[in-house]
Amino acid sequence: MRLRLPDDDATQDLGRRLAAKAQPGDVLLLEGPLGAGKSTLARAFIRALLHAPRLTVPSPTFTLVQSYTAPSGVEIWHYDLWRLDGPAGLEELGWDEAQDGIVLVEWPDRLGDLTPPHALHLRLSHDGAGRLAELRGEARWLDGL
Amino acid sequence: MERKGEPHPPGGPVLGIESSCDETAAAILAPDGRILAERVLSQIADHAAFGGVVPEIAARAHLAALDAMVKDALGEAGLGFADLAAIAGTAGPGLIGGLLVGTGYAKGAAIAAGKPYLALNHLEAHALTARLPGLAPVQPGFPYLLLLLSGGHSQCVAVEGVGRYRLLGSTLDDAVGEAFDKSAKLLGLPYPGGPALEALAREGDAAAVALPRPLLHREGCDFSFSGLKTAVVQLVAAEPPGPLARARAADIAASFQAAVTDILGDRLVHALALCPDASAVIIAGGVAANSAIRARLAEVAAKASKPLIAPPLRLCTDNAVMVAWAAQERLRAGQVSGLDAPCKPRWPLDQLTP
Repeated sequence: MRLRLPDDDATQDLGRRLAAKAQPGDVLLLEGPLGAGKSTLARAFIRALLHAPRLTVPSPTFTLVQSYTAPSGVEIWHYDLWRLDGPAGLEELGWDEAQDGIVLVEWPDRLGDLTPPHALHLRLSHDGAGRLAELRGEARWLDGL
Repeated sequence: MERKGEPHPPGGPVLGIESSCDETAAAILAPDGRILAERVLSQIADHAAFGGVVPEIAARAHLAALDAMVKDALGEAGLGFADLAAIAGTAGPGLIGGLLVGTGYAKGAAIAAGKPYLALNHLEAHALTARLPGLAPVQPGFPYLLLLLSGGHSQCVAVEGVGRYRLLGSTLDDAVGEAFDKSAKLLGLPYPGGPALEALAREGDAAAVALPRPLLHREGCDFSFSGLKTAVVQLVAAEPPGPLARARAADIAASFQAAVTDILGDRLVHALALCPDASAVIIAGGVAANSAIRARLAEVAAKASKPLIAPPLRLCTDNAVMVAWAAQERLRAGQVSGLDAPCKPRWPLDQLTP
């Protein structure tokens, strides 16, 4: 599925709509180059799940992972693997534990063999002033988007 | 911090351990702030070989380095564990693996030596560094303003006392050092990107390229750098394929640095308005080493008749002297931590208490 995202608000809106569909055990892989809107989408997604529209959701580039607890008790793990060159060491970042919660991964090409087969692939790219989102995954993600 | 109100522990040297991100560090400080020994091992040099990429998660490297580093520091100070008043470790915020290694070591040493343990907040340690005796001509009194500008943090904090921090603003998206590193990478510069970008900017014309200044003049003192990074992406993408011409890269670097300088100067104006009683402005973090940024912040502080204190780079980037000093400040207040104090990868300053 391909979606045109004309502006930042549209990127955030997609994040919120995906959050409404997300369940424990889900993994979302956010692909795309620098500045494509991966963190913007992840931020809107996390804020929606936490019912906290103004929550500070910093970029996890330097810490590699940030985790959040939703009011429902579900853990949300926000990974940014930009500084990694492969999956070695992901277990030190709580990767196995994270699979019980909801996982967002930026720069997921570093996951290699650890890429979960059931993950939703979401590729963002520059498209003029806006963005293009390409989604690949189970039908339940795409229905009604 | 727990066990408040316990008897004041006897004064003595404190061992501090820092391992929350890329640096492994240990330091021993006397109660009066004299540095008896300090050691720091940065993995940045290792990372540079990989273009800034972490070839191995930091925790393993911390684990490999820490014990020898602590013993070396104790040796230089002429002390053993038994001579210490307490042992402190950074418990957050940061990478969980590194935090577990550092605090695990600190707790283990504290148990073995029968000494109190302190679980310290990394940001608090940065915030209190300015009070280290001898660092500023006059030790700044509370409240003072801290601008923490690093790869992992961009925060503006009113430091009102030990354990009393009012977060005035923070980044809504990317940290300022991250914006430097990512823009530098887009310009084809080596890691770490900040110093390389600053050097290239000297050759460029900041007026040659227009870049946005997110949140400029906006109320409060939050930061946003994501839009600036995206603008650099778009500029570079519009260039002909192949390596960027050096002159063009220099213009973009100069314009980027000018945009960040304008943003930070503006945010400091707003921060001073939110904390008019500040006795001084402290800048910390690797970005504080950028001379254009430092000059602008000094100018803004001078206009408000506030001294600007910029600790030397080794004390305002990640280090263990600040951890040991924050531990001395907490000990003076009669505070230590329980051995069950957890590591907290997310631990905002305003969750701390005096």
